[in-house]
Amino acid sequence: MSTPIPDHFALFGLEPRFGLDGDQLTRAYRTVQAHVHPDRFAAAGAAEQRAALQWATLANEAYQVLSSPVRRAAYLCEQRGVPVAGEGGRSIPPDFLMLQMQWRQGLEELRRHPDSRRLDELRQEAASHCRRELANLESKLDQEHDFAGAADGVRRLMFIEKFIKELEATGDDERAAPAT
Amino acid sequence: MALLQIAEPGMSSAPHQHRLAVGIDLGTTNSLVATVRHGLPQAIADEEGRVLLPSVVRFLADGTSEVGHAALAHQALDPRNTIVSVKRFMGRGLRDVAHVENLTYDFVDSTQGMVQLRTVAGVKSPVEVSAQILGTLGRRAEAALGGALIGAVVTVPAYFDDAQRQATRDAARLAGLNVFRLLNEPTAAALAYGLDHAAEGVYAVYDLGGGTFDVSVLRLSRGVFEVLATGGDTALGGDDFDHRVYCWILEQASLSLLGPEDMRLLTSLARTAKEALSSRPNAAIQARLAGGAWVNLTLGADTFFGLTQHLVQKTIDSARRTLKDAGLAPSEVKGVVLVGGATRMLHVRKAVAELFGKPGLTDLDPDQVVALGAAVQANLLAGNRAPGDDWLLLDVIPLSLGLETMGGLVERVIPRNSTIPVARAQEFTTFKDGQSAMSIHVVQGERELVPDCRSLARFELRGIPPMAAGAARVRVSFQVDADGLLSVTAREMISGVEAAVIVRPSYGLSDQEVTRMLAESIDKARDDQQLRALREAQVDGRRLLETTRSALANDADLLEPAERAAIDAALGALSAVVEGEDVESIRNANVDLSRATEEFAARRMNRSIRGALAGSRIDDVLAG
Repeated sequence: MSTPIPDHFALFGLEPRFGLDGDQLTRAYRTVQAHVHPDRFAAAGAAEQRAALQWATLANEAYQVLSSPVRRAAYLCEQRGVPVAGEGGRSIPPDFLMLQMQWRQGLEELRRHPDSRRLDELRQEAASHCRRELANLESKLDQEHDFAGAADGVRRLMFIEKFIKELEATGDDERAAPAT
Repeated sequence: MALLQIAEPGMSSAPHQHRLAVGIDLGTTNSLVATVRHGLPQAIADEEGRVLLPSVVRFLADGTSEVGHAALAHQALDPRNTIVSVKRFMGRGLRDVAHVENLTYDFVDSTQGMVQLRTVAGVKSPVEVSAQILGTLGRRAEAALGGALIGAVVTVPAYFDDAQRQATRDAARLAGLNVFRLLNEPTAAALAYGLDHAAEGVYAVYDLGGGTFDVSVLRLSRGVFEVLATGGDTALGGDDFDHRVYCWILEQASLSLLGPEDMRLLTSLARTAKEALSSRPNAAIQARLAGGAWVNLTLGADTFFGLTQHLVQKTIDSARRTLKDAGLAPSEVKGVVLVGGATRMLHVRKAVAELFGKPGLTDLDPDQVVALGAAVQANLLAGNRAPGDDWLLLDVIPLSLGLETMGGLVERVIPRNSTIPVARAQEFTTFKDGQSAMSIHVVQGERELVPDCRSLARFELRGIPPMAAGAARVRVSFQVDADGLLSVTAREMISGVEAAVIVRPSYGLSDQEVTRMLAESIDKARDDQQLRALREAQVDGRRLLETTRSALANDADLLEPAERAAIDAALGALSAVVEGEDVESIRNANVDLSRATEEFAARRMNRSIRGALAGSRIDDVLAG
């Protein structure tokens, strides 16, 4: 018999749900690390040191995944046999494609002609889409148990998050530019 | 101190005596050792009451060496054999070393591997030089504490890459130290400061040492020290400020083509002038050179600040980037702890205060704070913690780890600032029909192209059975341990062919080199070493017996009868030999018992987590 590796939620004693109390997650993560971190076993035997390394690594990975809404949702989908990445994805709905193109154009435009008001508008728009997608994920995953639908949502959210990062980088370039 | 409240992991329930453990700050300019005595960390002084040991080693023709003040006193007389600032060479190739033209050493001409220095006592690697310093501090501690050390925590700059960490670990091994942990210097400082002040909230540590710069941002919360982000430059420190002053002296005094003695003399005068300017508006620089020429200059503080402001700006840019990585604004930082002698410079303090909007915290001696933090951590790791006096350090890797892919691009596997220990795997495939081998090149750094990153290791996965291009699935797994050290394995998933390396960095020492150095040092004191090895094996063996028995007493129900029998057999075998004189058989029995209890240890850890999350002590869980 060998120890079954607990899934990320079970490791922290949490229900496998998208809706999650962040403070509770952090508390559980710290409690687990306090028990398995290699620093606890620095003067112990090789077997314990190896086990500590494996468990602490697992706890860090699980915490990373569960702390990020998009990764948490992807993990829930994958646990139910619905992969988020790769060819399994369904086609992207035309209205979201349209939105992607509009945003891309808006970003290109901002890079050529910096405009902090327009940048702010775009940021707010992306942030509001982000909130909507998160709410959608919660109902798809926790109420409807529609994992295929959730996986589509995850892919949209991945795009939105990437776009928000690019917007931030654009803003930084602007601030970093020497005042002339 | 009421800190993290957690139950004993239950792994070593037997009572034990105070175990001697130390923290060592192996610095570019100075090194020191500290320990916890009567519950408080304190630096250990030498026989003459001096705490700081200059990180200087002089090799003599008879094969002996001088370390510290004695070596420092000879540096201008014997510059070729007196090695200063050796930390800058750790895990570095000759082409990585800055200002090599101004160094007075006889470098061994080699384009590969770590820098080597030719001295009157033979060719020395920076690892051997550092081992001299570590050994001196280890002996100082043993003399002061009156017994053998069970282990040490050795500090490294947070921004040290894998090669530099491996080199430091090798040096400690060579010095005969049992390294509990390599601890990042800013984290050690945060620990010392945080415990001393019962600090809570987000703190930054700005650590400008003799040769390295680190900045770390941490969150301190109920006994957990969590590093959020770290940044820095392992080739920027007080030495570079000295060098700017040195160049200024040459320019002002119209000097050129100096001999090694004069170079050392002027460099040390430059340093003295820099130090004086932390408390005075002017510094005099006067010297008589070997050729008879006189140098007589006055360096004003404003001139000095102007000469070196670009260096300060580099540290500030780096601090800004690190804050951004942590997702924080400067105003969200509650305090900035200043570490390292170079933070005494006034323009450094001013720049830090401007960035964070508050003056840096300097109430702990910036020269000692790292060693004090390392000492409290060593004390904890040795198992000496007092009830209720407990904390947890969660540190990160400073630089991203990746693999070379087609076209010389870097595929990032583990991003920087990931909490350690961390593991990640990536799958690759073959690009030719029937390809039987795949070469794997591990790199570290943030850039997109392989030549812009540091090459850590190359190895090959051979014996892939013939398959069509793209059919093989090679899974490359990275594991970074709690010391920040990387090991890599590669496995072809269909055939199961496997290859593994503990990363021996391209700029590191090979295992053979370490073995040779160990053998050389053992030759010098063979009996002593053998006795030491026996004692160590016995101590390990007794501890293993003790912890295994106590584990069985608590958790034997986790074992199937056959598993229990295997552990009992290994236990019996070890107790039969542990008090004997045969090192090898004790070591083998230790390994066997360790192996037999591996699965048991994993299950016990699982149980201890379950118990902790249920909000009850482990004992209660067992009783219920």
